[in-house]
Amino acid sequence: MTILVAERVSRNFGGIRAIDDLSFALNQGEIVALIGPNGAGKTTLVNLLTGVLRPSSGHIRFEGADVTAQRPFEAARRGLARTFQIVQPFPRMSVLENVAAAALFGGKQESVAAAMGVAREQLEFTGLTAFADRPASALTLAGRKRLELAKSMATSPKVLMLDEVNAGLNSGEIDGALALIHQIADRGVTILVIEHLMKVVLSLAQRVLVLHHGQLIAEGPAQQVVRDPRVVEAYLGEKFAKRFGVEAAQGEVAHG
Amino acid sequence: MDRRLQYILFAVWVLALASTPFWASNYIVRLAVVVAMYSALTLSWNFIGGFAGYPSFSTAAFFGLGCYAGALAQRAGIPMVLAWGVATLATGAFAAALGAIILRLRGHYFAIGSIAVVEVVRLVISSWGSLTGGGDGLNLPLLSGGPNAVARIFLIVMVTLMIVTFLITVYVDRSRLGFGLRCIQQNEDAANMAGVNITLYKVIAYTLSALFCGTVGAAYASWTGYIDPTDSFSIIMTVKVPVMCLLGGPGTVLGPVIGTAAFTLLEEVFWANFLDYNRAILGAVIVILIFFLPGGLLAISYRGLGARLFGRRKAAA
Amino acid sequence: MNAMGQLQTLVNGIVLGTLYACLAVGFSLVWGVLNIVNMLHGSLIVLGGYITYFAWHSYGIHPLLALPAVALLMYALGYVVQLLVINKVVHQPVLVTMTLTFGLDLILYNFMTVYYTATPRRVTLDLGATVIGGIAIPFDRMLGMVLALVLTGLLYVVMRRSRVGRAIVAVRMDSAAAALMGIKVNRIYAITFGIGALMAGVTGVIFAMVYPVTTNLTGIYLGKAFVICVIGGLGSVQGALVGGIVLGIIESFAGQFFGPQHAITVGFLLMLVLLVVKPTGLTGIKGYE
Repeated sequence: MTILVAERVSRNFGGIRAIDDLSFALNQGEIVALIGPNGAGKTTLVNLLTGVLRPSSGHIRFEGADVTAQRPFEAARRGLARTFQIVQPFPRMSVLENVAAAALFGGKQESVAAAMGVAREQLEFTGLTAFADRPASALTLAGRKRLELAKSMATSPKVLMLDEVNAGLNSGEIDGALALIHQIADRGVTILVIEHLMKVVLSLAQRVLVLHHGQLIAEGPAQQVVRDPRVVEAYLGEKFAKRFGVEAAQGEVAHG
Repeated sequence: MDRRLQYILFAVWVLALASTPFWASNYIVRLAVVVAMYSALTLSWNFIGGFAGYPSFSTAAFFGLGCYAGALAQRAGIPMVLAWGVATLATGAFAAALGAIILRLRGHYFAIGSIAVVEVVRLVISSWGSLTGGGDGLNLPLLSGGPNAVARIFLIVMVTLMIVTFLITVYVDRSRLGFGLRCIQQNEDAANMAGVNITLYKVIAYTLSALFCGTVGAAYASWTGYIDPTDSFSIIMTVKVPVMCLLGGPGTVLGPVIGTAAFTLLEEVFWANFLDYNRAILGAVIVILIFFLPGGLLAISYRGLGARLFGRRKAAA
Repeated sequence: MNAMGQLQTLVNGIVLGTLYACLAVGFSLVWGVLNIVNMLHGSLIVLGGYITYFAWHSYGIHPLLALPAVALLMYALGYVVQLLVINKVVHQPVLVTMTLTFGLDLILYNFMTVYYTATPRRVTLDLGATVIGGIAIPFDRMLGMVLALVLTGLLYVVMRRSRVGRAIVAVRMDSAAAALMGIKVNRIYAITFGIGALMAGVTGVIFAMVYPVTTNLTGIYLGKAFVICVIGGLGSVQGALVGGIVLGIIESFAGQFFGPQHAITVGFLLMLVLLVVKPTGLTGIKGYE
């Protein structure tokens, strides 16, 4: 069952066509990866889906309703959550207050007290309970990424878009992040990950979308996409294509 | 600072101001009226400048509008207190409409836009002579009883307005609105993403910042009996109010009150002695304040200060 | 009004506009590079005017001779003020920086009013007017226009060609990157503020030949500087020129249709409209917030 649909969406910036006649659908409960070279338009696409930018043409539908003209806070309240590449906390509030803000407004909690309760749950889920009363600016990068995750989970999202959540993390931290993402998926949240790390893509995603110059150049299960010659040429390169092709074939792939 | 302590301090201050007719000279009573008046203005500014973090210099526009709306209403025969109500609503409506447009700007552009509003409103009022008397100003019926008795009446009025704005501040501080405004102040884009309706909240804050400026303006007009564009739309006032809030601690509940009190005290000490240089002294106060008190008086760690002054015993306690 | 009258109004506007460009360019530079709205600007212009007036009145020094001295004096003043005072708050939020410069302005304004009193002073040069093709241009304004163009042109060349100028532009674009390239950002800030004060001062000299000098005008000059920056964009000589000329033309025609006292209001209203519609200004040079 489709939950989020982009129909022939385009976005221009002056003379530049950042997203070009793009159509795809996300199905409820799946994990989809969005890959492509830098400048392909991945973050722009997420901005379009969450109301930060308005499409120059085309439509976006969420749970059947047309949300093309939504504003960011409306997207958050509907259950369309996203994290940022460059993390955006409320620096002088505590970690707990940061998450409570998301719960109160995006998560539509009844009161500040109720929001604090939800916030504590999410802090526990992301392993940040020890930092609850520290200011958000005191967290390390890995901590801030988890905070982003906790904030987006506090809005009770139906669709969660993760924009390079692993950038800047070491491999131990990445494994931790992956585990969290699996747990989120187990809760029934539909997930779209923008990723550069192919190992993450292959271990997480059931489907992969490939973006290049604002266009969708390939779409399908991971093993298939990784072997697609257009994808190899645009993004992966021969050497990595071979390597990932082998790994994919050996079954180190998509969680079903 | 502990909440109860804040309320107690405020109550004590209110009593001090309200009781001046019983123990102080007429001059001090008039000073108390001005302190209460500016406290209400500063508490109002705090909603947009302190909680939401938008550097508004529009206070004089709202105050002036209140003066004129109240004056015109009274001259049209509306009873004084009702006229104040009319002025409040008119100013609030103006701010809401203006806010929807001007709050799209940020930083310097918002600040400049907010000052431009003062100038444009003043120029419009000045030019619309047939309605407003233009540069000649407007007269209002004075209350009977002589200046000292009237001052006492307006002391009660201004203190009441001060209390009202304080109570609203307390409410906002603890409410969803306050939380949302603080989010906007710290990271507006993140607030938007977290689900805060930033446009609505900003407009509410801007309107709140204007509402009681209108009431104060109308009451002030009734008190003095005469208004003109230059005094009603004073750039000095529009800058003094944010400075008072900065002095006390923006975004806090008691900060605006403390700041107004401290600032007025400073002004009195210097003004009385150096009339010719009062602007320079105001300027110097501003410069010194910004250098030494970036968070305002409330941000000073009094415990730390006390520990250093009274030795380690206090700190270890 | 006939075509000749319109043309006269237009020419008046352009001449006025060049004076305005000179007025705004220092302000625009400081805002663009340091991200500080310099509320002192209007008072600095008037200060330049007062120095010129008293050099003329008490010592018989012609304004053109006084100009270089005023320029140097104001540059030094600006440099010192920036280094000692403004540098401390350069990265703080708008409310703080604007209030600080406003406070400094109050001090300067007060001292000027006390020292010089607000009585308008005039430097009367009695130069007459030239008439070219039926259009009359008073000689003093013509002189003012030439000076304004020469000085802003000079500034433009300095910004483009000199090392200091390139450094200023670099800091304007990205102060962190500029620092990494070895540019002493604090020194550039002081130099830029000095230049801002210098341009304000020489504007004061030019204006003293054309307008009365009085502290009452400080606010109006500052207001015009704002409007010109919003119209023309921040931090560039071209922006100040475009903004200045546009404002000059608008004021000239507005004065014709609505009366001279409303010319200023029209400028402000235009600024408000532009702020809402296109804050980056007509030249599209992106200012800071």
